[in-house]
Amino acid sequence: MSDMVELILTLAVLTYATRFGGHVILSRFKRINPRVEAALDAVPAAVITALVAPAAFTTGIPEFIGAAMAVLLSFRFSMLNALVLSTATVAVLRYIL
Amino acid sequence: MSVDTQLINESQEFRDGIKAAIPIVAAASPFGAVFGAAAISNDMTFFDAVFMSGIVFAGASQMVAIDLLATPLPFWTIVLSVFAVNFRHILYSASLGRKMHRFGPLQKALAFFVLIDPQWAISEKRTLSKPLTTGFYFGLALPIWVMWVLSSAFGAAFGRLVTNPEAIAFDFILPLYFIALLMGFRERYGWLPVVLVSGSAALLAFSIVGPPWHVACGAFAGILFAAWRGKPKDLMALSPTENSSGEGTNV
Repeated sequence: MSDMVELILTLAVLTYATRFGGHVILSRFKRINPRVEAALDAVPAAVITALVAPAAFTTGIPEFIGAAMAVLLSFRFSMLNALVLSTATVAVLRYIL
Repeated sequence: MSVDTQLINESQEFRDGIKAAIPIVAAASPFGAVFGAAAISNDMTFFDAVFMSGIVFAGASQMVAIDLLATPLPFWTIVLSVFAVNFRHILYSASLGRKMHRFGPLQKALAFFVLIDPQWAISEKRTLSKPLTTGFYFGLALPIWVMWVLSSAFGAAFGRLVTNPEAIAFDFILPLYFIALLMGFRERYGWLPVVLVSGSAALLAFSIVGPPWHVACGAFAGILFAAWRGKPKDLMALSPTENSSGEGTNV
């Protein structure tokens, strides 16, 4: 087995372990504490925000405006339309700015 | 709900899943091709690149891994970096796992294998209105996995044909996608304060420690804030896990 195949297999096992791990840890508890519950409810917003905040604020001006557009457009349009329009905004602003 | 109506719903659920996968397939296939092309130019073989996409199936950490490739192979540096990038998956499985009470043990085992960012976020959003079914979940997962493997193979085979995706802002489509998705959660209790806390903490960590730690730091700041704040009593009764607390403990 080559070093590369060994590395890929290790990464596959490690990635799978992180995807299964949270559930295994949590399912050991019979009752979920209300604070843990509130914390888990916050996971989607917290993780997605942490993922995108640097990309939105530190990439550049077209990207920052595009990110702001994605927020505003989401109030009126479907997710797909908001995505297409905000992506087009970034592309156009890159030509202009 | 009777078994019959569940069976009828499953095929509709599967179609709903495929429909939800379409924007992801469109948005992520250029990244698969970019990964394949970058893997080849960093001295991976065609087989290694496609094999990695098939069994690791993690866009960001695959990019990190090939970015760190060198001779001799910095094995543990790559393994640790990938762990840091993947750490958020622990939160995904803790959060979504308790909504998988309709999944059998083998279905759960397979479900966690495909638990990538959009898979998790779309499934979480689905649970705001409907219970999570295997039909929806795997209808969503299958096209994305097939796309990821095929686009990696395409990029590895025709790497030089993948032209600059920046001209049409394809390199920024995933952040925008996640912002649009994030907005879908805005009705959830405490959404805005959690977003503000996580965003500030992530930006702070990004400038002080650097990537990929901003993800873990920002996420934990928002989650700790939510735990500290707790939940108002009248919302506790409406919470879906309170109604199905017995089912939620299945492994």
